[in-house]
Amino acid sequence: MTKVLVPVKRVVDKDIKVRVKSDNSGVDIANVKHSMNPFDEIAIEEAVRLKEKGAVTEVIAVSIGVPQAQETLRTALAIGADRAILVETSEEVQPLAVAKVLKALVDKEQPGLIIMGKQAIDDDANQVGQSLAALADLPQATFASKVEVAGDKATVTREVDSGLETITVSLPAVITTDLRLNEPRYVTLPNIMKAKKKPLENLKPEDLGVDVTPRLKTLKVSEPPKRSAGVKVPDVAALVDKLKNEAKVI
Amino acid sequence: MTTLVIAEHDNAGLKAATLNTVAAATAIGGDVHVLVAGHNAGEAAKAASQIAGVAKVIHADGAALENGLAENLAAQVLAIVENEAEGYSHILFPSTASGKNVAPRVAAKLDVAQISDIIKVVSTDTFERPIYAGNAIATVQSSDGKKVITVRATGFDAAAASGGSAPVESVAAVADSGKSSFVGREVSKSDRPELTSAKIIVSGGRALGSEEKFKEVLTPLADKLGAAIGASRAAVDAGYAPNDLQVGQTGKIVAPELYIALGISGAIQHLAGMKDSKVIVAINKDEEAPIFSVADYGLVADLFTAVPELIEKL
Repeated sequence: MTKVLVPVKRVVDKDIKVRVKSDNSGVDIANVKHSMNPFDEIAIEEAVRLKEKGAVTEVIAVSIGVPQAQETLRTALAIGADRAILVETSEEVQPLAVAKVLKALVDKEQPGLIIMGKQAIDDDANQVGQSLAALADLPQATFASKVEVAGDKATVTREVDSGLETITVSLPAVITTDLRLNEPRYVTLPNIMKAKKKPLENLKPEDLGVDVTPRLKTLKVSEPPKRSAGVKVPDVAALVDKLKNEAKVI
Repeated sequence: MTTLVIAEHDNAGLKAATLNTVAAATAIGGDVHVLVAGHNAGEAAKAASQIAGVAKVIHADGAALENGLAENLAAQVLAIVENEAEGYSHILFPSTASGKNVAPRVAAKLDVAQISDIIKVVSTDTFERPIYAGNAIATVQSSDGKKVITVRATGFDAAAASGGSAPVESVAAVADSGKSSFVGREVSKSDRPELTSAKIIVSGGRALGSEEKFKEVLTPLADKLGAAIGASRAAVDAGYAPNDLQVGQTGKIVAPELYIALGISGAIQHLAGMKDSKVIVAINKDEEAPIFSVADYGLVADLFTAVPELIEKL
């Protein structure tokens, strides 16, 4: 197999608790630390490991969004991707539009495999991999915790509600990563320096002939209902008493 | 206006999340049809026909549908909804591993924007869904002709599993796509209540220290309370518990009557999975742990002494 395509997303860092804007128009993400979506780090790591094993020859990282997504792509290059593509737009790009942009890139690059995160931790949609597979008419293996590529097939262990499930898919295919697939490596300073010299191609959605106009309208974004303040109990006896007599849950 | 609910089942019977999804369909209004696509799944179809509020069950039975492979199941759903005579306006999947796997495939083929993980129906085209690990609730409106939606089970009370008597209509099953095949399954065996539908959940974190301690501390308490056992990501990553017990943004979303968090610090990603529980109890040595900010009752104590004492007093 020659190429692996790995879509990555720039999101608000996973440890930041976002605040809803007071006018309910969205969450306040200005001046908040952004990072690569954690599932996408796992995807890049898996692609780079496949390359290190000799199963693939080239890893291409792709991101769609604002110019700052370049930093996310440089991180992917520092982990070990060979080159990067930024599809730049300042518009909100919803999952269906992302899948369409990626479909256009799949047509252009003809990768043997697409590996991507199972969901982005900002919109929590969990759609793009499956939608891309549908648009490109490829099989899919979602929520992967183990991937083995051999010949024209991949055998993937998937995390499902009742435990684990193993399927094989013919290649090319779309694989989405779950948390336990691997432990992404730390990027080292020499690799960050090297990543600066790797090629990064800049495209616009129009270049790919894709309309990214949002299809879902967000009417408002509000705070989740607040829980009323709880109490600390001094000992186990008091806890049992509260559960039995106050909350009446046991 | 007719809604098609895609049943989740194991061929022998329905999974609980199907009932919550039917409830969401009922909240949208109009007729509710249920698709049972599987192999030798007659019993599941029969169970679906008895759900209160269901007008019709569509039963597709074929070998290609036995294991719920996304390619085949999506093709089956499309074969039904693309039949314009039916005119389905809404297509609902439970937001489970299976529903999440298949729904976006259907949505993309229909060229519509899927609405993931809804927790509330505002109107026929407007829905609420959590974003940013549940730290914000977005109200979204869809102008697509067909709405493909996944339903968060804990957002809707289950429809009654009996009382209905819908007719079951058989339709031809799709052929195998040939693009994927099922190899095997490792099901975690448990005689406890299922995590996502349990009334009480006892959940353990990294502070348990080992797989042995995790079992030793949690099992007797869960037995005493008739509770399901859950785990934080830290506990799963450390190998103390299998991954299907993980509660959180990337694991299972639960909302039991009582959630007891033992040795769980309360990271954003964990809270995303349990903060809609009715009563939350936290036992943790660290009084600064974020879990105490959502706990109704907090006990600052060493769980290795507090839990045995708790069992004794129950």
